[in-house]
Amino acid sequence: MSPELAGVLQLAALIGALALVYRPLGDYMAAVYSSEKHLRPEKWIYRCIGANPSSQMRWPAYLRGVLAFSLVGVLFLYLLQRVQGSLPLSLGFTAISPDQAFNTAASFVANTNWQSYSGEQSMGHVVQTAGLAVQNFVSAAVGMAVAVALVRGFARSRTGELGNFWADLVRGVVRVLLPLSVIGALVLVACGAIQNFAGIHEVGQLTGGSRQMNGGAVASQEVIKELGTNGGGYFNANSAHPFENPSGFTNLFEIFLILVIPFALTRTFGRLVGNLRQGYAILAAMGVIWLGFTALMMWTEFHHGGAALQEAGGAMEGKEQRFGVGASAIFATSTTLTSTGAVDSFHSSFTGFGGGLALLGMMLGEIAPGGVGSGLYGMLIMAIIAVFIAGLMVGRTPEYLGKKIGSREIKLAACYILITPTLVLGFTAVSMVLATPPDSILNTAGDSVNGSGAHGFSEVLYAFTSGANNNGSAFAGLNANTQWYNTTIGLAMLLGRFLPMVFVLALAGSLAEQKPVPETAGTLRTEKPLFAGLLVGAILIITGLTYFPALALGPMAEGLS
Amino acid sequence: MSTATTPVHTAPDGGRPHGPEGSGGRVSGGLFDPRQLVTSLPDAFRKLDPRIMAKSPVMFVVEIGSVLTTGLALLDPGDWFGWAITAWLWLTVVFANLAEAVAEGRGKAQADTLRKAKTDTVARRLTGSTEERVPGTELRIGDLAVCEAGDIIPGDGDVVEGVASVDESAITGESAPVIRESGGDRSAVTGGTKVLSDRIVIKITTRPGETFIDRMINLVEGAARQKTPNEIALNILLASLTIVFLLAVVTLQPFAIHAGAEQTMIVLTALLVCLIPTTIGALLSAIGIAGMDRLVQRNVLAMSGRAVEAAGDVSTLLLDKTGTITLGNRQAAEFVPVTGVSEAELADAAQLSSLADETPEGRSIVVLAKERYGLRARDEGELSHAEFVPFTAQTRMSGVDVDGTTVRKGAAGAIVAWVGRRGGEVSSDAQEKVDAISAAGGTPLLVAIEDTDGPRVLGVIHLKDVVKEGMRERFDELRRMGIKTVMITGDNPLTAKAIADEAGVDDFLAEATPEDKMALIKREQAGGKLVAMTGDGTNDAPALAQADVGVAMNTGTSAAKEAGNMVDLDSNPTKLIEIVEIGKQLLITRGALTTFSIANDVAKYFAIIPAMFGAVAGYEGLDTLNIMRLASAESAILAAVIFNALIIVALVPLALKGVRYRPMSADRMLRRNLGLYGLGGLIAPFIGIKLIDLLISLIPGIG
Repeated sequence: MSPELAGVLQLAALIGALALVYRPLGDYMAAVYSSEKHLRPEKWIYRCIGANPSSQMRWPAYLRGVLAFSLVGVLFLYLLQRVQGSLPLSLGFTAISPDQAFNTAASFVANTNWQSYSGEQSMGHVVQTAGLAVQNFVSAAVGMAVAVALVRGFARSRTGELGNFWADLVRGVVRVLLPLSVIGALVLVACGAIQNFAGIHEVGQLTGGSRQMNGGAVASQEVIKELGTNGGGYFNANSAHPFENPSGFTNLFEIFLILVIPFALTRTFGRLVGNLRQGYAILAAMGVIWLGFTALMMWTEFHHGGAALQEAGGAMEGKEQRFGVGASAIFATSTTLTSTGAVDSFHSSFTGFGGGLALLGMMLGEIAPGGVGSGLYGMLIMAIIAVFIAGLMVGRTPEYLGKKIGSREIKLAACYILITPTLVLGFTAVSMVLATPPDSILNTAGDSVNGSGAHGFSEVLYAFTSGANNNGSAFAGLNANTQWYNTTIGLAMLLGRFLPMVFVLALAGSLAEQKPVPETAGTLRTEKPLFAGLLVGAILIITGLTYFPALALGPMAEGLS
Repeated sequence: MSTATTPVHTAPDGGRPHGPEGSGGRVSGGLFDPRQLVTSLPDAFRKLDPRIMAKSPVMFVVEIGSVLTTGLALLDPGDWFGWAITAWLWLTVVFANLAEAVAEGRGKAQADTLRKAKTDTVARRLTGSTEERVPGTELRIGDLAVCEAGDIIPGDGDVVEGVASVDESAITGESAPVIRESGGDRSAVTGGTKVLSDRIVIKITTRPGETFIDRMINLVEGAARQKTPNEIALNILLASLTIVFLLAVVTLQPFAIHAGAEQTMIVLTALLVCLIPTTIGALLSAIGIAGMDRLVQRNVLAMSGRAVEAAGDVSTLLLDKTGTITLGNRQAAEFVPVTGVSEAELADAAQLSSLADETPEGRSIVVLAKERYGLRARDEGELSHAEFVPFTAQTRMSGVDVDGTTVRKGAAGAIVAWVGRRGGEVSSDAQEKVDAISAAGGTPLLVAIEDTDGPRVLGVIHLKDVVKEGMRERFDELRRMGIKTVMITGDNPLTAKAIADEAGVDDFLAEATPEDKMALIKREQAGGKLVAMTGDGTNDAPALAQADVGVAMNTGTSAAKEAGNMVDLDSNPTKLIEIVEIGKQLLITRGALTTFSIANDVAKYFAIIPAMFGAVAGYEGLDTLNIMRLASAESAILAAVIFNALIIVALVPLALKGVRYRPMSADRMLRRNLGLYGLGGLIAPFIGIKLIDLLISLIPGIG
């Protein structure tokens, strides 16, 4: 079987598996978020944190819950790293430096999992399991809660009430993420991922010498790393490490875990707004972009010119032999189009266009299908922009799901789409201007005339794109563990995560207060393929126009040379 | 007014022809006259004032850019490229102002003619029984003023005494005089119009400076124009796009320096101006003004732009039956003879009895007899000895006595009584036919004859409301646009249903009282629908105020005109449909040009980015993006800037006329407009920039 065919078959198997669980999982999540009942363990949690899960919150209250909870998360994680030297099971690792601890705390609370540290050389069992893995669950649940609040804004009318943040948060963890993680972890362990609290082993190597091998609760962290679109690996090599991702099957299974919730949430959305076809339209837009990017990525990686690359059956540098080009390409697009950022191959070593696709995937704003929760709300914001322009073109005040898109809604949506470009382009520009940050670019051999050249620029651009969009994957070759990058990327991650949430929740509040507009033949049909196509076009054009100059000087210059 | 406005045209494609009662020779929805560009030029320069420019954020950015490049060009006067870019950036700003000035200019011409009507009039104020002459501007609300033949009415008010014929051509353009009388629904008079006969006493209802003509002048001049909700939302979107592109261009310089290709400020400014949505930014206010203007051309005055926009959103139309859906009068539709009488016999008698009947119903009987049975109207000579009996309210019948034969036609009860008095009998057959016609919503008229065979009923004439031609198609169109039509009538439900079915309206409200209308509007609005209606009477006023779009007839009372948010000077209720279409067209034009403007940027990137970096060592690959194969870096950038400026002028006619609009479903409309303005917007600049580049490269020393 040719590598191309294997790649296509794996893709088909993946789509089949996703299609199989789409309905049951989507419906189940809809039931979870609309249920009136509280489970017993949930009641214990509510009692502990002193929350009344049955009270309804307006958007400012909901937002306060999100921000307060996340702030506590950042502080807790920061402290845990700073006192690591005194913690049990720390494997002898000492406290993390303040700037790196801030960066890591911001990174995991913002569901980004950008790692400027290397897991096996700095983080003990307690920080990994009680700190990082816990945030992997709750930061994902926060994203889902905000998405559900926005959906409620569409579904409800003449009320400002968006549900209860604490109930949504706890349910997301207890009823969705935990049970799925248990199943997923069992599968991974069965296929060879490790799960223990062992120390560091010295292992002799065939070529002589020895290397250190860490044990750890890897499978349990691995599963939520993918399922919660987090991406922070137990080991520095992330999903390329055999303890995290032992085989071709686990590789495909991990891609499945990455995509399953973001795609299924479109069904949940359709259920909650009472029109499944609206959910399918959003699904279609996400699916078309994801599939298109995957196909392009496979094409460019398989057919990159050059004798050596052709001999290897594609661009094999930086890719694992056990996965091959096809599966690596699927993983790379899936991880960058969701806000995951886990990697099973090194994006920096992809072809110029392949690296560009990974970058562009993140620049779309992590919406196809995007992070858990954040993908859905990001896509709905783009839908509002698309509805506005298309709505005018059918001669009516634009409306989406029966809600009018007026100046208040447009203002909030416009603020949302301004945030990440500002962070990405602003921080990248400043980093290129200042004296020392460009020194972090390790890859200076690329071009003798222009120093680090296009590839070096791509590395910096990639870092801030990944941070501000909460992806977390990196273009290797940039030494990001400096005070400058730890601080600025940390800020980009926090602002890129929580500022949009402010606007999303404000928008949800404004939508929920409206009275619905009845649908007539003059209404723009947002469940039709035409609209899904328009949505895809609007996303690609708006993102493309925003980042065209930056992309031209980075991956395009490299890919076209 | 019609005499002094811009040349008379009919809309070539700006919409459908006018309604059945069309507004005759008035200026219609606006052709664009290139000469206007020249005459509006001074205004366009006047608008360069930064305080005025700041109102449009997109164009304000362009003006700042122009000032910047002017400064840079002055510092390096030998650089032809800097001067060329500077000139075209200034032209971009001027073209945008020109679009607005042209749109406003069309209103100004109308305002001037209106001002002539508003010459200072002398009012004859009535205090008690004494009359004094005061300037019209001194009249206050509640004052009484006397007007006699030849007087100009000094202010808006209601006739409280007398009846007069008034020439209202100053505001309606219609030369036929209208009757204004105290009481009833035709009591309102407008300042500036002229009394042609008789004497009336007017009670002033508006303050000077706020009269109808004053408001009209403000409206057509655009002085009272406020941004509409959708325009505000669109402005926000455009501002945020401007910020995005500002960000992309500002951050490009550090990236370029890293690449070893620092850019000049002139090139960066040119790139910025090309990227920000200047096309729609330049035309946005012109589109709004032109939309209001299109209404004025159709003799409709919208009191706010908000109302015009709301018209596009309307989902329920309340239409009065009489005058809107049906012709004003019932007409004979059929002759139904009783058993033993032929149709021709009945038709002959019916025609005979109606020859002297000058009512519309009577005339329609003669017409039907002629059309259906070939019975021509008999000559006077033939019937010289006939004695006609005219219709009176007492007898409720009319007829003729000729050669010993007596023919009568009239209301069923009256004819039955007449036959009975003469000793005849009315068959049960006739009664059944009468009932059947009533049940079908028609009006039955019995025809009876008394000759040698004695008095007897010949049959029934079926009178019915005649639905105006083309109404059914219109309602079908409205349905496709997602608009529900509700017919309002005072008729009983049976009659109402028959007409509703025939006209093809979606629903009807029979035996409607003003309270019923109000309740219907509120019910629809509670479901989130926007309601439009027309009205003229004082008792319509609350409903007009409640409706989202309330169109008051100019013939109506001042209470109705105050309550509505539009006034139709032609008093043509069918125009409501056109108003809805104009509202939609306004939104579509904005959406289409926004899409076009954004889609344009793709080509500009393909022109400018390779020009900036295609020759830089290590980045030569970017020259592959120069798919248009433009001649040189300078010519490429200049071509993009020139295209960007010229496209504004090229689209001015479209902005003023509005995009072509035909009623169709939202889906089809979206597909069409996306194809035309989305895809067109992607492709057109590739062609345009290439052509401009070809021309530029022919200039010696550039190519």
